[in-house]
Amino acid sequence: MQSFAYVNATSVDKVASLLGRTWDEAQVIAGGTDLVGELKEHLISPKRVVNLKTIPGLSYIRQDAVALRIGALTTIADIESNPIVQKQFAALSQAAMVIASPQIRNVGTIGGNICQRPRCWYYRSEDFPCLKKGGDRCYAVAGINRYHAIFGGGPSYIVHPSDSAPALMALNGRVKIMTSTGPKEVGMDDFFTLPETSVRRENILKPNEIITEIILPNPTPNAKSLYLKVRERQSIDFALVSVAAMLTVVNGVCQEARIVLGGVAPIPWRTPDAETFLRGKKISEAVANSAAEAALEGAKPMRDNAYKVTIAKALVRRAVMALG
Amino acid sequence: MSRVHVQARINGEETEFLCEPRQSLLEVLRDVLMLTGSKEGCNNGNCGACNVILDGRLVNSCLVLGVEAQGKDIQTIEGLATPDRLHPLQQQFLEHAALQCGICTPGFIVAAKALLDKNPHPTEPQVRHWLAGNLCRCTGYDKIVRAVLSAADAVRDGR
Ligand SMILES: Cc1cc2nc3c(=O)[nH]c(=O)nc-3n(C[C@@H](O)[C@@H](O)[C@H](O)COP(=O)(O)OP(=O)(O)OC[C@H]3O[C@@H](n4cnc5c(N)ncnc54)[C@H](O)[C@@H]3O)c2cc1C
Ligand code: SF4
Ligand code: FES
Ligand code: FES
Repeated sequence: MQSFAYVNATSVDKVASLLGRTWDEAQVIAGGTDLVGELKEHLISPKRVVNLKTIPGLSYIRQDAVALRIGALTTIADIESNPIVQKQFAALSQAAMVIASPQIRNVGTIGGNICQRPRCWYYRSEDFPCLKKGGDRCYAVAGINRYHAIFGGGPSYIVHPSDSAPALMALNGRVKIMTSTGPKEVGMDDFFTLPETSVRRENILKPNEIITEIILPNPTPNAKSLYLKVRERQSIDFALVSVAAMLTVVNGVCQEARIVLGGVAPIPWRTPDAETFLRGKKISEAVANSAAEAALEGAKPMRDNAYKVTIAKALVRRAVMALG
Repeated sequence: MSRVHVQARINGEETEFLCEPRQSLLEVLRDVLMLTGSKEGCNNGNCGACNVILDGRLVNSCLVLGVEAQGKDIQTIEGLATPDRLHPLQQQFLEHAALQCGICTPGFIVAAKALLDKNPHPTEPQVRHWLAGNLCRCTGYDKIVRAVLSAADAVRDGR
């Protein structure tokens, strides 16, 4: 690991001034479960590492009449064990349960989970100076692309590694961001960015901005949600494919649907065609099948990852049947 | 880069050390404090050999920076036995032959300790779910799970 200075932030208002104008200047540390790995592998070498854990009052789960608010520094373990989340925001609690290991959930935060960097093995190895690290090519194109994108790829083909992000998107979440000029809020739908707009980053955050809160609107009376994840190992493992879904079903008829795939694209991948198809339909095996077909319409598998299409269809079908 | 002065409570004793911000807590424990019971397996969060209990929570010490120990309470494998008695978990690992090469053992025992502190009577699925962050390449896990369940019984019976 390169040397760096370690700075404890003390307030949200002052954090922008501790951070820099470039990513080489300073990086934020929350739980550090991803950042420390990045430092060890020399993927980043900031001059300063700015600790958010010393800012008081950024770890909480609170519900009011309109929404659930989760502080960015809340650990995955605290989210996993929260009874309100378990009862009303099942997709999030089910996603939290299958993130990494108990040790990592005890330390890893929700803010860090959605801002974590890609797991593409070329990216994670110092030996491959790929586009994501400022190099001139994507090694996954000609290399082994079993774990890469089937949607939204080019010029980088990473998949977004977060389990919580698809759930937060299905639950219609928003993020609160502290910028150098004050706080702002954006929908999860507008937070992540495709490689075609910013090949080196995965979201809209600037080097001197941090997430301070996640906001989830309270579910409507007939809405139900879930998260399903398929992985190679049943203990610690990132998703090969996952699905987060929220459906509002009244008398067997789907009124509203939000379906988001994980592990298939550089961002959590909304499936608008499946969502539109489901609205107004009576849920049945046939309808679930057609929704799955619609969700995967337009997928562009690479040489080694066509299997993801099959898994994703099965997950969408199961999700619709389970929530219908 | 200049070193930072850190104070922490380690296995019940007030401890001071100097470390660089880039050193992990695992490096500090092993190389600065000579507490070599915590092992380095993967150094990236996958194996759990480096497990310690930090302010009551099980963590991978290879993913925590040494400077972040400031003001914290840390329990390592060295803190479990007393001079005249093994901890029930250690005793049951021996009796169940729940180790072969032994490199994963401190991590499993610390993880199991964190579980029993929170949940003294775990079910077998709870034990397996909780130990998901620990790798063993020798025993096949079954003996480890039995040892943890027996240790829970031993603690309950005051053995
Ligand atoms: C072995 C292993 C297995 C894993 N498995 C999974 C898995 O199955 N599913 C999964 O989703 N994740 C997995 N992870 C990733 C894990 O690191 C995250 O789950 C964790 O939540 C990250 O949170 P953190 O607080 O530790 O982030 P950090 O490491 O502190 O930060 C991660 C990144 O986000 C930035 N950041 C952190 N907080 C903020 C903020 N508030 N505002 C702006 N930027 C911020 C940091 O600068 C850094 O770039 C795994 C990690 C490891 C090491
Ligand atoms: S997929 Fe992205 S991170 Fe992986 S090699 Fe290609 S450019 Fe690099
Ligand atoms: S050495 Fe820390 S988890 Fe393997
Ligand atoms: S006993 Fe050898 S790795 Fe577990």
